[in-house]
Amino acid sequence: MYTFSNRLKIGAIVLMALGILGMGVGFVSVPSTPEEARAMVTAHDDDGHGGTHAEESEHPAAAGEHPDAAEHPAEEAGHAAESEHGASHDEHLMHQLQNRPWSALYVAAFFFFMISLGVLAFYAIQRASQAGWSPLLFRVMEGITSYLVPGGIVIFVIFILSVMHFNHLFLWMDPEVVAEDKLIQGKAGYLNPTFFLIRAAVFLGGWILYREVSRRLSLAQDEAEDNKNFVKNFRWSAGFLVFYLVTESMMSWDWIMSIDPHWFSTLFGWYVFASMMVSGITVIAMVTIYLKSKGYLPDVNDSHIHDLAKFMFGFSIFWTYLWFSQFMLIWYANIPEEVTYFVTRIEDYKLPFFGMVAMNFVFPLLVLMNSDYKRVNWFVIMAGIVILAGHYIDVFNMVMPGTVGDQWFIGIPELGAVCFFAGIFILWVFRSLTKVPLQPKRNPFIEESRHFHY
Amino acid sequence: MASHYEAPIRKPLVIGDKDYHDVSVDIAAPIEGRANRQWWIVFSIALAALLWGIGAIIYTISTGIGTWGLNKTVNWAWDITNFVWWVGIGHAGTLISAVLLLFRQKWRMAINRSAEAMTIFSVIQAGLFPIIHMGRPWLAYWVVPIPNQFGSLWVNFNSPLLWDVFAISTYLSVSLVFWWTGLLPDFAMIRDRAVKPFQKKIYSLVSFGWTGRAKDWQRFEEVSLVLAGLATPLVLSVHTIVSFDFATSVIPGWHTTIFPPYFVAGAIFSGFAMVQTLLIIMRKVSNLEAYITVQHIELMNIIIMVTGSIVGCAYITELFIAWYSGVEYEQYAFLNRATGPYWWAYLLMMSCNVVSPQVMWFKKIRTSIVISFVISIVVNIGMWFERFVIIVTSLHRDYLPSSWTMFSPTFVDIGIFIGTIGFFFVLFLLYARTFPVIAQAEVKSILKSSGSKYKKLRDASKP
Repeated sequence: MYTFSNRLKIGAIVLMALGILGMGVGFVSVPSTPEEARAMVTAHDDDGHGGTHAEESEHPAAAGEHPDAAEHPAEEAGHAAESEHGASHDEHLMHQLQNRPWSALYVAAFFFFMISLGVLAFYAIQRASQAGWSPLLFRVMEGITSYLVPGGIVIFVIFILSVMHFNHLFLWMDPEVVAEDKLIQGKAGYLNPTFFLIRAAVFLGGWILYREVSRRLSLAQDEAEDNKNFVKNFRWSAGFLVFYLVTESMMSWDWIMSIDPHWFSTLFGWYVFASMMVSGITVIAMVTIYLKSKGYLPDVNDSHIHDLAKFMFGFSIFWTYLWFSQFMLIWYANIPEEVTYFVTRIEDYKLPFFGMVAMNFVFPLLVLMNSDYKRVNWFVIMAGIVILAGHYIDVFNMVMPGTVGDQWFIGIPELGAVCFFAGIFILWVFRSLTKVPLQPKRNPFIEESRHFHY
Repeated sequence: MASHYEAPIRKPLVIGDKDYHDVSVDIAAPIEGRANRQWWIVFSIALAALLWGIGAIIYTISTGIGTWGLNKTVNWAWDITNFVWWVGIGHAGTLISAVLLLFRQKWRMAINRSAEAMTIFSVIQAGLFPIIHMGRPWLAYWVVPIPNQFGSLWVNFNSPLLWDVFAISTYLSVSLVFWWTGLLPDFAMIRDRAVKPFQKKIYSLVSFGWTGRAKDWQRFEEVSLVLAGLATPLVLSVHTIVSFDFATSVIPGWHTTIFPPYFVAGAIFSGFAMVQTLLIIMRKVSNLEAYITVQHIELMNIIIMVTGSIVGCAYITELFIAWYSGVEYEQYAFLNRATGPYWWAYLLMMSCNVVSPQVMWFKKIRTSIVISFVISIVVNIGMWFERFVIIVTSLHRDYLPSSWTMFSPTFVDIGIFIGTIGFFFVLFLLYARTFPVIAQAEVKSILKSSGSKYKKLRDASKP
């Protein structure tokens, strides 16, 4: 049995406390009036930071090209009269600045939720494919997926608050915006708050249901005399994968793609999937290595770590494949209604946009190529940290441009939110790891997994 | 190195209590024996189709592309449909030999050789189309960036059609090398068994003096692993690049970002269906039922079911996003697919690709050889229509209603397609009589862990 070390527990609580503090600072420092927003940005520019922000405000004409402008029809109307323009620009600025702590919260909440969902999908694949190497890690995976419940609740609460207009994360939830936007009106059959919440509830309910059922069957199998529970679990996993294939795509349209409600891409769901998988597998590897280093997983050997690292390597490349396919096809055809998505990102998010490709592709490609390195624990941990940071930035890049535009920064609110969710994640996952023995007893493949050697 | 322990619940992969010698004898039998009358009949039919196809190709090239059913609006139809179809079929071979190797799937050992042969032969068919669909195929060498007397006039590297040239040629060469390295120990086995001097000479030549020393085996395994690691991204990228031919364009119905992974999924789907079709016949006529068991057929059916579901998910995604996009051209493109003049093709594609593989959820059906065979053919028909629907329905009605038109193939279009099917079977039939169709060296490596004889021995020794 695993005992949650006090140091880790205190560490997680400290992270959460720091996180709450950081997020609090973020929420209190938002402007409440357009004038205040204007003053904040001007003061910020005077400090000599953010040259691009200054450029944006010095060239109001450029705002016409800004895709966000199209999403703020009130502002678009303002373009007609030069004199009104300044005021509507400030209002736009205010919305962006007000969104920042919310976006920071949402990005971090989604990132940690996505990790446990990715682990759940990986776990279901391992069960459905009757893998012989991984049963030894099932308890670790089940521990990580326990975060689905708190993580899902937080996400759902954020959605309810969004629907109640506590923030402007989803423009299409704002009836004033919709009233003047023909394109969003056309999508209202799908993008409407009630249906959105129902869908979110169905997705979350389905995923959590599978997680709980599978966990129960997995534990029951340990005490059973036959393989009935194992077979049942196999069926549930196959069924879940079908449900997941459909709901994961829809989830990414709902929760992320609709932040830019004018933009669409058919690949998007699978792209988010790749990001989810690679982060999930990375966390499995990191938690496994941590537990092993504390002596809790005596039968896990470096072949298991090697396999996990291979998956980290493979899915990093797969992620890049999908990232490039989506980016290149839109760049190549250069159709105005789609290309704005990448235009804003390349103009305002140059470093995070291309930096994440280095972190999520070039780095894992180079360091995880060598077979020997994939067996070195600290090496896998180091690579894992870079991959996780890279995929946080990936989510950041997907969410921020549509909510805060060029007013982004990775500062106190963002880091605070990451700390807070990292704290809950660690607390919840490791607490659930203490509840049952870390090694399954009667899985039919457990002997294969214990003898696994590659 | 894999462990020596195997979970008792895994079913044997080689049945009929074979030992090492039985494996050699069974696999060498078709090569050492003589072709029977059925083989000659089928071979003649395939050869006749090939000759007919050659005639159609010569007629096209000497008379002009106008002999085909293409028109000014629909300027790609059967040619590129067949091209993508054949490339797609080829993908299963690499998937079985490379991806399943990376995932340590032991059951691939009985089917990889034939799957790779299928890859090579179908990529050859695919490779014909980019040449013969050119207006001036004798200038085809201009696609290659070679220094020349036109002030070193080069190709433009921005075209996916040029990427196709690199993709297909690399794919064919890597697959060929991968296949041939795997064949060395098997050719050596045939060489060592040969009694006729001519046969001995030939198999000595093609086996490159393989003697099977420990060092050779060690390097052999390493090369296989590296090639598998290279072939996996290659197989994904090849069909991705084929999909770029459409997805980089601005045609509604073509320009969509999901094409790269969805074409690849479709390729695996159709490729596995083709492997299924061929192997169900092969295990019967070459008496290889002990190696290609019902379990193999079931596992291939599961892959067909999984990739069929992924393809189905992609269809629905495309439909949804077409509506969601609010772009009326995009919406019309899909409305036209479902209700336009080619509705029947769309319906056929949907029912063959989305509905038919779903029956594999029932164990009774996926372990039935007859139904598997039927479904595998249905899937290949469906996948042909998928390419046809994507290409033709997007082209025949796009932005300007004044250029809307229809497409119907001529006998030359059809003749060339039949010719490639003939060519494929000519190659495959020759292969089945001269090559070891199962990788005996690999099957022998799993015999003791997964052969029924040894499984029984293990079970008997347990209390």
